[in-house]
Amino acid sequence: MSIDKNQVKKVAKLSRISLDDKKLESLSKDLASILNFVEQLNELDTKKIEPLNSVIDKTLEPRSDKIDDGKIKNEILKNSPDKNEDFFIVPKVLE
Amino acid sequence: MSDFNKSSLSEIVSLIKSKKTSSLEVTNHFIKNIEKSKKLNSFITTCFEQSTENAKNFDKKKNFDGLLSGVPLAIKDLFCTKNVKTTAGSKILENFIPTYESSVTNNLWSEGAILLGKLNFDEFAMGSSNETSYFGNTINPIGKDLVPGGSSGGSASALAANLTPATIGTDTGGSIRQPASFTGTVGLKPTYGLCSRWGIVAFASSLDQAGPMTKNVEDCALLLEAMSGYDKKDSTSINKKKEKYSKNLNEKIKGLKIGIPKEYRVDNMPKEIDNLWKKGVDILKKSGAKIVDISLPHTKYALPTYYIVAPAEASSNLARYDGVKYGYRSKKGKNLIEMYENTRGEGFGNEVKRRILIGTYVLSSGYYDAYYLKAQKVRKLIKNDFDKCFKNVDAILTPSTPSSAFKIGEKTNDPISMYLNDIFTVPVNLAGIPAISIPAGQDDKGHPLGLQLITKALDEQKILNIAFAMEKGIGFKQSLSRWWE
Amino acid sequence: MEKDKFDYFIKTEKNNWEVIIGLEVHAQVISDSKLFSGSSTKFGAKPNTQVSLVDSAFPGMLPVINEYCIEQAVKTGLGLNAKINLHSIFDRKNYFYADLPAGYQISQYKNPIVGEGVVTLDMPYGSKKIGIERLHLEQDAGKSIHDLSPDNTFVDLNRSGVALMEIVSKPDLRSPDEVNSYVKKLRSIMRYLGTCDGNMQEGSLRADVNVSVRKKGEKKFGTRCEIKNVNSIKFMEMAIDSEAKRQIELLESGKTIEQETRLFDTKKNETRSMRSKEEAHDYRYFPDPDLLPLEIKQSFVDSLKKKLPELPDEKKDRFIKKFKLTPYESNVLVSEIDISKYFEEVIKNADIKLAKNWIIVELFAVLNEKNLDIKDSPVSPKNLASLVNAISSGEISGKIAKKVFEIMVETGGEPSKIIKEKGLKQQSDPKELEKIVIKVLGENSDKVSEYKSGKEKLYGFFVGEIMKASSGKANPKLVNDILKEKLKK
Repeated sequence: MSIDKNQVKKVAKLSRISLDDKKLESLSKDLASILNFVEQLNELDTKKIEPLNSVIDKTLEPRSDKIDDGKIKNEILKNSPDKNEDFFIVPKVLE
Repeated sequence: MSDFNKSSLSEIVSLIKSKKTSSLEVTNHFIKNIEKSKKLNSFITTCFEQSTENAKNFDKKKNFDGLLSGVPLAIKDLFCTKNVKTTAGSKILENFIPTYESSVTNNLWSEGAILLGKLNFDEFAMGSSNETSYFGNTINPIGKDLVPGGSSGGSASALAANLTPATIGTDTGGSIRQPASFTGTVGLKPTYGLCSRWGIVAFASSLDQAGPMTKNVEDCALLLEAMSGYDKKDSTSINKKKEKYSKNLNEKIKGLKIGIPKEYRVDNMPKEIDNLWKKGVDILKKSGAKIVDISLPHTKYALPTYYIVAPAEASSNLARYDGVKYGYRSKKGKNLIEMYENTRGEGFGNEVKRRILIGTYVLSSGYYDAYYLKAQKVRKLIKNDFDKCFKNVDAILTPSTPSSAFKIGEKTNDPISMYLNDIFTVPVNLAGIPAISIPAGQDDKGHPLGLQLITKALDEQKILNIAFAMEKGIGFKQSLSRWWE
Repeated sequence: MEKDKFDYFIKTEKNNWEVIIGLEVHAQVISDSKLFSGSSTKFGAKPNTQVSLVDSAFPGMLPVINEYCIEQAVKTGLGLNAKINLHSIFDRKNYFYADLPAGYQISQYKNPIVGEGVVTLDMPYGSKKIGIERLHLEQDAGKSIHDLSPDNTFVDLNRSGVALMEIVSKPDLRSPDEVNSYVKKLRSIMRYLGTCDGNMQEGSLRADVNVSVRKKGEKKFGTRCEIKNVNSIKFMEMAIDSEAKRQIELLESGKTIEQETRLFDTKKNETRSMRSKEEAHDYRYFPDPDLLPLEIKQSFVDSLKKKLPELPDEKKDRFIKKFKLTPYESNVLVSEIDISKYFEEVIKNADIKLAKNWIIVELFAVLNEKNLDIKDSPVSPKNLASLVNAISSGEISGKIAKKVFEIMVETGGEPSKIIKEKGLKQQSDPKELEKIVIKVLGENSDKVSEYKSGKEKLYGFFVGEIMKASSGKANPKLVNDILKEKLKK
């Protein structure tokens, strides 16, 4: 399966990454070559194989329902590029 | 006093504990080395004031209980260090100062170590040559036109150049072992889940693992002991009692079975690597180990599997870098979506963008089954291969890398040729098992090459012991002219 | 309302249309801390004060699951008569929005914690079973506040990471009334279980409504549209009606329905398309690699089942059998756990028949007027029981009781005190009553003659005068007996 520029544009949109035409061109080439490389997995018959989601032989260990976090408003907001005393501030979504 | 350049981590700890030297003296030694080594570009951030302050405090309190009492260490800049800039090698976190400490580095400081600075590496740990860092590439102390490997290039470089007595890196597809091989140092990727991932900037969650990078195997055992351990803040952390790797280190490997996988003998394998592999086999035989031919039939599919799974997870892990809560935010963008697109377009480098796009693609509607699901199934086959072999052998011996350190710029135009560097290291991450690279010799250019040992999960003591025995047999020595000073 | 046949079909000139509705209800789980972090879930806190590093997706942060949220989901599943899946997986749902700090929401996709179940509705035309497709756990997002600034949105992450249960129904609903009943039933079950407070005003219960139409008698489903985030039952009903009509109009003019997401405009009373001109969301679900599979033991499920409180349906049946209530009465009294508790408290020491009427008619009228929940009732169960007993014992008449009740509502006071203070005790002394009857008849002898010669309507007049003369306190039954007797002569 190959990938054309329009597909790359769509994927870039989904990933929220801006691409100028030059980048679009070079990235399309790179992605096509990577996808070509990974095609070889189709040589394998995996119909009866279960996917491996975790390499650990363990299941979830829950924690108890305690309030032991939060109340750190200043720390949370400290690193934000745009904020006021109480909120993160972002440009509006175009509706 | 002493030239700590020749001392191992264990020796330095010993000197500090026996009061033959002070933490401040050791710290000042490495600070001097670092200041003279800017050419290597191994460091992104140094924190000398804080280091000397901490060293002085250590010397006052003289708490010698820790495994790493008073030793200064530089750390890969992927570990969040409290109040010290942590950049992930990226513009998008260029000025990020965490208010929290990663669990692994916290373990180190609890054992008495002191932070020297943050080391350079490929942006977001994506790379095999340290050429994708926003902060410029790092140079291999072996030669001024050579890459140190990646992603933990700065770590390996600093270690080989004696800018830190030891360090820790992360390994997702070989990022500790490959640079170790390229710089003539030791690097271990522990069992997945042995070291906590809490506070480490995530790349590929099911593959990332922090590990020690040291001058020798003894140091490796010591550092592993200090950094590992169960962390309930990480749901993928293994809950098991801590082992005394250092204390239990020995070279008694007689009777152990070592497997040699035929699939690792790739086409066009450089003769010198094959020779080194044979040399390793001989050393093991001499130590009383038995050599067994084994097969890991799905080896060749590991790299394509990795280049689906890792980017997929990365595309999701890196979605949080959106300019809202922290990090870089683009000044361009009249609305939210534009702000996102410009922030991430400007903030991420090319390799990161490549991987996010691939990752997004292989997860997207219509392609998930053909790519991601398929890859996770092949991953199962690869793990099964290892599980099957470990029923018959104790460890597996392979080369670490298909070549020695290549030239800067040599592979930057072709992503695939860059990815092929990881051909021997990647299967291990997919299976979640431990592997170590130890320096085994040099190629005809005099550049170091490593051999890799692999064992089953949680068998770190065994892997260290075999490596320890081999290290003695190999007798690898590396002395570099400090050309960069 | 008392129809005995389902009849919500939209009739046009050309056709008779059936409306198919499925609901995705998002219910905030009652727990102290969030699904994957230890921050508080309390409503109404100052912005960003209940946010941890994990909630705001700082680099290197990892989720750890809250055991109580798992329990709450299982309990809810049991309350929905659903299959509990002992093995389930958490997946990432990837999309970008300012109130989604990680750029993905941890949810469950192919392997939810709860499978198929069923909820029974009591409709006027009989009971109807609504299928539940599944229930899964997921994180809630934060809040984006758009109206504090013209150019910017302000983001509060307090709600980010709070546990939600998403309950997906099968497309078995067929009218706004059924949706009303379904949502109320779900709410009631969860309130009985204590797993969700169902407070729609505070946002702890929200729904996405899927609507499609088909000609009556057709078997195939039409294309559906999703109306997102409707936050009141009334709006759900309105949205369904307006969306169904919109679809019908399109179909009858030969056009097709585009499957899309819409929003309900409450002012214009119509739905409008939400989809922007860009790509629709592709959530790229995949199992969250920071989490492992969730395994629940059957013994855990069994122990929860044992500890379940009596649920609305069981309680309803029990009320009908034990207290001889009608299905309608029983329904009303079990619809809210607080109402059933109130009722059961009152009838501990009071006549059931009187009690139920006083609650359903009189008390509810007051609560509705004052917009109060029963737990904020000005009349306590104890006092209502006393009032009912005062009627049963003949201390006061039903009519006087209404006066007493009025005062109880105003003051919250005890009936016996009020009766005493206001001297409202019923006059039941036959001798005294006889005196009054004789007096009244004596003063109205002309009317008595008229009555005796056939004007039977005057009976009521006499009763009225006797009541007046006794300040309303005369025991009506005794008055009746005595008056009848006296008028015979």
